[in-house]
Amino acid sequence: MAFDIKSPGLATTVQDQGRTGHYNVGIPQSGSLDQYSAELGNALVGNTAKEAVLECTYLGPALTTDQDAVLAVTGAPVEVKVNGEPRPQWTRLQLKAGDELSFGVIQGGTRYYIAVQGGIDVPEVLGSRSTYSLGAIGGFHGRKLEAGDRVPVGSPLDGGAVPDVDTVPEEFRPVFAKEQTVRIVLGLYDHRLTDEGLDNLLHGEWKVTPVADRMGLRYSGPGVKWKEREQPFGAGSDPSNIVDAGYAVGSIQIPGGTQPIILHRDAVSGGGYAMVGTVISADMDLVARAAPGTSTKFVAVSMDEALAARKELAERKNNARAALGLSG
Amino acid sequence: MANIVSPLPGVFYRKPGPGKPPFANEGDTIEVGQTVGIIEIMKQFTEIQSDVAGTLESFKVNEGEMVNPGDTIIVIREG
Repeated sequence: MAFDIKSPGLATTVQDQGRTGHYNVGIPQSGSLDQYSAELGNALVGNTAKEAVLECTYLGPALTTDQDAVLAVTGAPVEVKVNGEPRPQWTRLQLKAGDELSFGVIQGGTRYYIAVQGGIDVPEVLGSRSTYSLGAIGGFHGRKLEAGDRVPVGSPLDGGAVPDVDTVPEEFRPVFAKEQTVRIVLGLYDHRLTDEGLDNLLHGEWKVTPVADRMGLRYSGPGVKWKEREQPFGAGSDPSNIVDAGYAVGSIQIPGGTQPIILHRDAVSGGGYAMVGTVISADMDLVARAAPGTSTKFVAVSMDEALAARKELAERKNNARAALGLSG
Repeated sequence: MANIVSPLPGVFYRKPGPGKPPFANEGDTIEVGQTVGIIEIMKQFTEIQSDVAGTLESFKVNEGEMVNPGDTIIVIREG
C-alpha cells in the first residue's frame, strides 16, 4: 500500500518519536515536533506510539491512497478534505482506494499530522524513520516529499484493531493560541546576563519571527544585555560567545543579545553561543506549535517543577488514551 | 470582488527577486492561475496565484510585510 503525492505542501516529512542516542556525534534527534498530537493520531488508527506519521507544515499535501486506508489528522487546526468534502480532525477516517486527502488553510499553530494505520513504512536509519533534511538521512530518501512520490504504508498492526472511541475528546486536544507561556530552567550561562538582561528575558514580551523551522525558532523582543568580560581563549569576541560546548535540545541562545533562539529537534548539537536557559521537555511540543507572531512569555521554573510538569504531561497523554478506550 | 488570501504565514513580496519587476500591478488584467506574489517562510518561496480572472483592484499588504494564514493579500475585481 502507498500514498501517491499529488502536491507536496510546503515541508511535509516523515517523522516518528525520533532518533535518540547519536547527538554526541552531531546527529539530532529529529522526530515529530508536536509529539503529543502525533502520538494521539497514531492511537486513533490503532498504531503504537512508534509508527511514523506525515508531518505537514502550514501548507499540507494532496495525496491519494492506492488501497482502503484508516487515517487520522491531528495537530494544528485545518480543514481536512476527502475528495473535496470536509472531514473532522482528531477523528478516525476511512478512505477507499483512490480517495484523495487534501487540506484547506491552516487556522492556527504550525503543524498537523497524518497518521495512517500501519504507519509510513520507510526504512529505519539509526533506529528511526524520522527525516533529518539537513543531513539528508531517514524519512523518504532523506528529504521532504515532492510531487510524484509514492510513499509506502505498512501493514496494519494487531489485525487492524482500532480503539473503541473514534474521536479524541475536545478536552484532550492541545490549544493553538497566539499567546504562550513557556517554562524554562535557567542555565548554564544565565549568570553572564546583566540583571536588566535577565529581567528582559523573564518579563519581556517576545514574539516568534518568521525565522522558525525544525531547527529552531527565533524571537524578537526587548533584547538582553550581556556582562562585559575579557573573552576566554577559544571563544568568539561577542559577549554572547563561549568556548564551544554541547547544546541541549530546547536550549536558548541569544546571539549578540538581540533575538533569542530556541533550538528544537533538528538543531545542531553544539557551538559557541551561551545558553541562558532550556525549555522544559513538557513544553517543547508547545513551542513547536508557535506560529510567527505568537506572543511569548518565558517563566523560570526549578528542575523539580520541570520534572513534575513532565509527569503531568505523561498523565494527560495516558488520560487521552484512556478516553479512546486504550490502556496505558 | 474576490480576495486572494495567503495560505501560509511569512513575508510577502511582490517581486520574484530584488531589482526585478513586480509580478503584477494595480489595474493589471489577471488570469486564473497567474502568479501575483510570493510568500517567504522557512527559507522557501511559495508563489501566490489568483484563482479568479479579473482586474487587480488593490494590494492589502505591502512589500516585505508579514502575513498570517487567511490574510487577504490582494483584491481582484472579477470579470
